[in-house]
Amino acid sequence: MRADLLAAELPDLDEALAAVDAFDEVLAGGLLRPQPAQAAGLNALADAVAGSPIAALVAEAAEKAAAGVAGEEHLVALAAGRTALFGAVHDAVLARVDEATGRPREAAPPFEPGAPLPVNLLASARAWLCDVARAGWRGMDHELAATAAPVVSALLPSAELRRLAVLLDGFAAELAASCPGRTLEQIPLRRWADLWARGMLLTQPGAIAAAGAAAESAAGAASTALTGRLLPLGVDLHEHATGVQAQVHAVFEPADGGPARLVRASVSAPKPDTVVGAGAWQLLRPHLSLLAAAGEGRAMELTGMPVTDEGDLLWSDDRAHVGESADVFTTARVALPAVRSGATAPLDRHPTRIAEPVLVEGYTVDGSGAEVAFVIGGERLAVDTGRVPAASPLTPQAVAGSRACVGLLRWDAGRFRLQPLAVQSAAKSKAAVAQAGAWAGGTSDKNAAKAEKAATDAVTVLRERAGRLLRS
Amino acid sequence: MPMWEESSLVRVVPSARPRKLAKVPFVELADGRLQGVVSSGSDISRVYVSSVAAGDFAFACRTNNNRPCGGLRGGFCNHVTALVGEAVLQYGGARVARYLQAETAEAADAAGTAAVPTAQQLTAAMSAVRPQQSADGQAVTGQVFSRFLRHLAYLELPATTAPLPEMHWFPTAGAVA
Ligand SMILES: [Zn+2]
Repeated sequence: MRADLLAAELPDLDEALAAVDAFDEVLAGGLLRPQPAQAAGLNALADAVAGSPIAALVAEAAEKAAAGVAGEEHLVALAAGRTALFGAVHDAVLARVDEATGRPREAAPPFEPGAPLPVNLLASARAWLCDVARAGWRGMDHELAATAAPVVSALLPSAELRRLAVLLDGFAAELAASCPGRTLEQIPLRRWADLWARGMLLTQPGAIAAAGAAAESAAGAASTALTGRLLPLGVDLHEHATGVQAQVHAVFEPADGGPARLVRASVSAPKPDTVVGAGAWQLLRPHLSLLAAAGEGRAMELTGMPVTDEGDLLWSDDRAHVGESADVFTTARVALPAVRSGATAPLDRHPTRIAEPVLVEGYTVDGSGAEVAFVIGGERLAVDTGRVPAASPLTPQAVAGSRACVGLLRWDAGRFRLQPLAVQSAAKSKAAVAQAGAWAGGTSDKNAAKAEKAATDAVTVLRERAGRLLRS
Repeated sequence: MPMWEESSLVRVVPSARPRKLAKVPFVELADGRLQGVVSSGSDISRVYVSSVAAGDFAFACRTNNNRPCGGLRGGFCNHVTALVGEAVLQYGGARVARYLQAETAEAADAAGTAAVPTAQQLTAAMSAVRPQQSADGQAVTGQVFSRFLRHLAYLELPATTAPLPEMHWFPTAGAVA
């Protein structure tokens, strides 16, 4: 991997991001009574998308919003304009990633709208998001934050609406914890505008392509079902107070000898906020046998596993069985150089979604600054040592003492960082490997076993309480 | 702090810290209150719904059948005290104190570098202003109890193996204490 390309400037991003920043300030004040500075921010967004197919829509929306008379359709247009800008940023960042890895990438298929979803549920989610935009981050209060709860409760049980539900749930919890908005000393402007804009787009009918439908069509069409060997690279964990997702990144080698490709397998579950650490693995592991296989360093054999164009496997345990042992670093050195990367779904063109598996070695570790960096051929690559599960043997110490790392290349706040998935120790005496997801399937580690027991007890208490109170 | 404002991934809410749930199965900082549910020591089908409001520390404690707690005699009962204790375990003393707008004597003494208050210090500081029982205790009890039931319902929702791209905005931050 060419680390020098990651350190170099990305051209033409500044202009797009300046327009984004200007718009994000608008949301801080809210659109109820827009001030002149906010009109300027709205114009900046409209100007930035002036050459795109949605130019007229966004320009009209900016005008209405600046006058304080924006309707829902105008707020959707503003969200779309901001999303389009990040689409361009995404493409520039991803092109640089592909240049650095030298890896070919599948072309994105044209957007196909998903099946119609319950319009009333989408409308209630959109209404809340519009109220939020009108109040602005500084106008946020407990009452408005709390009105998300019934919306989320109605969305969560539906599999098709789970994406929107987990987004709103995590977003609303952050807003609630930050109330009242007028006392906020600093505001996560880009983050909250991201979550808001994404929520707005997901409430558009057809925006969410139902994964269930994809699985059904895949089961019928052999071209979108995979048969062959799956070699895990590592586990990426996502969590907010009431939701958790694990994604296993892996190399897939087709049984028919076709080219290898990068794929992901996901499992997610809603959770009470007190289920953390090992408790998260416990919720997830019964639904994805791959978690245990990845932790134990084993390959899996897939038979007709459905996959999306983006390389997301739609996992079911009955289409997979555990194969021979497969060391992560062997996979990274032998199989990873020959893979193709997946496409990005049109709606997912945002730099936050970029998570490209890479092998980095031959570096020295620089821990002298505020954050750890790998120095490769004189170039520094920052390492996100905090982005590791709580229940994991992959500690900052293991990163500091490593000589090789399999990680995910990510981009945020204008720069690249490496999220470690596995490291190989530099100590000659032990060529030990520490993996972020080593304990995902369970563990015999003594301290980890204690945490597992505590997590089991916590869930037992909650289930007992639920059994007694929920149905009484 | 421009980095913070220009990050899509900044951690706004730290994860809850693990704690034993047997005595206090539910604690939250929400609706301008520290509120939660405390199991009865004597009757397994009874719970107490306890709360303390931010700012004036107005408190309430009633059973899930909305009967007043017998332990309230002009001040915090054992349930409210237990609630504060578990909140400090789950969120850390600093976050609880900030949310409740409680200033402990210890924090005020340490000019500049605020000390992290303990549960006892927090309880003492709040008791010192002689807080009143909440005027709308009955309504609050109903709200908190329904939030607890909603919280429990999360365990009943099915897992899925369909990808949730939105969760990329919520990276784990387990290694940061
Ligand atoms: Zn009581």
